[in-house]
Amino acid sequence: MSAKKTTKTAQELIDFESWTSEEIPNGAVCEDAGNSALYITGGWRSEMPLWTKDNCKDCMLCWVHCPDSSILVADGKMTGIDYDHCKGCGVCVIECKFEALEMVSESSDEARATAAAYEQEKGA
Amino acid sequence: MPDITVLAATGNLMVSEALRQAEPDVIAAYPITPQTAVVEEYSKYVADGRVHTEYVNVESEHSSLSACIGASAAGARVATATSSQGLALMWEELHIASGMRLPIVMANANRAISAPINIHGDHSDVMGARDSGWVIMFAETAQEAYDNTLISFRIAEHPDVQLPVMTTLDGFITTHAMERCEILDDEVVKAYVGERTPINPLINGDKPVSHGMFASLGNSYFKVKKAERAAIDASHPIIKQVGDEWANICKRPFDYVDAYECDDADFIIVVLGSAAGNVRAVARDLRAQGIKAGVLRIRVYRPFPAAEVLEALKGAKAVGIFDRSDAFGAQYGPVGLDVRTALYDLPARIPTRNYIYGLGGADITIQTIKDAFDELQQLAAGSIDEGLCYLGVR
Amino acid sequence: MASIKELSLQPERLVGGHRLCGGCGASIAVRQVLLGARDTEVVVGCATGCLEVSTTALPYTSWDTSFIHNAFENAAATITGVEAAYKGLKAAGKIAKDKEIKFVAFGGDGGTYDIGFQALSGALERGHDFVYVCYDNGAYMNTGIQRSSATPIHAWATTSEVGKVIPGKPQKRKDLTSIVAAHHIPYVAQASVGNWKDLVDKAEKAFAADGPAFLNVLAPCPRGWRYESAQTVEIARMAFRSKFWPLFEVANGVWTMKEVKEKELIPVVDFLKVQGRFKHLFKPEAAPLLEEIQKDVDEYYAYIQRMCAASAQ
Repeated sequence: MSAKKTTKTAQELIDFESWTSEEIPNGAVCEDAGNSALYITGGWRSEMPLWTKDNCKDCMLCWVHCPDSSILVADGKMTGIDYDHCKGCGVCVIECKFEALEMVSESSDEARATAAAYEQEKGA
Repeated sequence: MPDITVLAATGNLMVSEALRQAEPDVIAAYPITPQTAVVEEYSKYVADGRVHTEYVNVESEHSSLSACIGASAAGARVATATSSQGLALMWEELHIASGMRLPIVMANANRAISAPINIHGDHSDVMGARDSGWVIMFAETAQEAYDNTLISFRIAEHPDVQLPVMTTLDGFITTHAMERCEILDDEVVKAYVGERTPINPLINGDKPVSHGMFASLGNSYFKVKKAERAAIDASHPIIKQVGDEWANICKRPFDYVDAYECDDADFIIVVLGSAAGNVRAVARDLRAQGIKAGVLRIRVYRPFPAAEVLEALKGAKAVGIFDRSDAFGAQYGPVGLDVRTALYDLPARIPTRNYIYGLGGADITIQTIKDAFDELQQLAAGSIDEGLCYLGVR
Repeated sequence: MASIKELSLQPERLVGGHRLCGGCGASIAVRQVLLGARDTEVVVGCATGCLEVSTTALPYTSWDTSFIHNAFENAAATITGVEAAYKGLKAAGKIAKDKEIKFVAFGGDGGTYDIGFQALSGALERGHDFVYVCYDNGAYMNTGIQRSSATPIHAWATTSEVGKVIPGKPQKRKDLTSIVAAHHIPYVAQASVGNWKDLVDKAEKAFAADGPAFLNVLAPCPRGWRYESAQTVEIARMAFRSKFWPLFEVANGVWTMKEVKEKELIPVVDFLKVQGRFKHLFKPEAAPLLEEIQKDVDEYYAYIQRMCAASAQ
């Protein structure tokens, strides 16, 4: 979920409260389509879906059912989970027919390790 | 001097003609007396292929302004027309149109508001919309309805304004009575109104945008409303600028107010719309009798031209404020409240009386206007009090 | 219809970072419907509601395509205004003649069955080229689960409470899809987030239709229906399998239904018992109410079958 080129940076969006009335476009229009990609909802999770790539058949059923557009795909293959936006609803796990997805507690060691690896990859 | 067509026309026809010449990309409209002739006439232009306008026959006034909002946000030049209950049904959308900063032009045939139901002219409908963020103009004549309608597009679509404009004319009196009118050539008018350059259109822009956002965080609603106030305030000098531009072309004067013999007047009546002619006739007769009477007609009502009103009234000994609607429960009628607020800025008080007149199309007779001027003389002499009174009704 | 792999190559028009609840059926519906537009530019309209407030909280928008929200009852009027602008601007030569744009409006059941019904009917009658999608979760969820005319009979809602004398909503739900079909527009369908293939297929047909098209999409709500968020798609599937939510379409007047296969068929109680909004129906004294619901469901399914048979070519 690489953020696209926007008129406002992630930090400026976070600092929204400091915007003046002149800085909000006329009529409260949002000029940066899809900029909610910069808004993190991953913190809502109490449970985390883990993806076992070896079991995955790239059937895309998790992708087509995800309410948060958080199954990452490229060239017809699943590439991972967008933990910045996944809310941990668990729909993908029920829809997966190949045991490639499972839910674990957000406070489990596996979840912590996965989150750390995710952050590291993002940083890189 | 451009070529001019002189014709006998109603106010409604003159609005239709102005709309035809401005040629909106979209008109979404719904019939209502006494505006219907505007949208009927426009339907003929569409049927005859005289305009490129996409004409949307909606199923209600709520949908007409809703569709106009969609079309305007999309980037189109947009207009509609309504009256009375139709304007009332639009109430929600009036605020959305201005809040979304969409330059929609709407003609309103000023008519009484139910209940009881009444189809005749007064200002009860438009006064209910007076604080909704629209620029509002009142025409006295069919000719002025034409001029105001054309000027409206320039105000609304001005880059520093981007607000909807309501161009109003009094129901039946102005919408249906025939007058000698002038229509300028299409090329001249089209050159004046130009084309809309939309900001952040939904379609045909270089980037996708989201309109109608949810503003509940970071005091953003408050900030957007502050910007809206700044925009309608900023429209004040722009109205004069684009109005004068049109005045230079059509050779008819334009101003926020039309001050008749106000310079040295002792007694001035403030009035909006079609009743001004009768009031001027009475003032002229009184002048002939040596009574210094004057008339101040307000043409641009929102943003309220307080400085211009004050300038015209500052020398008066007493002012009568005519209101063709009431603001029930308030101290005065809507114009009464506005004018008295403006007068507060004078170092010395000018006494006023606020006259509610002509509701539901009731005639405003020469005698009743004389009675009002008589009262102003008594008011200046201190023999009667200030206050609100109903004029010409038992 | 394109394969799911092909669909996955399409641009994502509703991106993450919106504030809909986890497991929300509405955003699943939106994503699947928009897949039906393929690569064509889309302008989205939306009625006031969960979907709207959660995807457009200033300064963030989740719409990676042009979007407009106006008010609650007028999504149809608003999007048809946008469509009219497209035609008017084309006529004015301000848009290239060959430029293609699709127009779609989303509204919840409150904004569609109830307060937006007049604007929808008017827009359909006028024949604009647009798609209207009702994401039907059977109540006013954005304001806190109040009953709408889409709420099923005997369901609990906060304005049709379950009490000592009244067991939830007394009235049957409005059959909006049939009412829309009576407008005789090119394409009308009932779909569900529990049957993605059927939904995307119907969305493709809706976008391809020359004129108005309508989709009524069952979109379960974990909060309002009282179930765990992971079950959204499963419960939507049960709605179909129990015949509670028949999947049918009316294409140019011809009714066809995706019949429930014998091996998939479940009694309606199976669909009801997984939802907390029906839990009062599982007390012994409520047994007649369950029978009544089963009877209603069977009758409605039979009605759709009759319409299919009657309009078969």
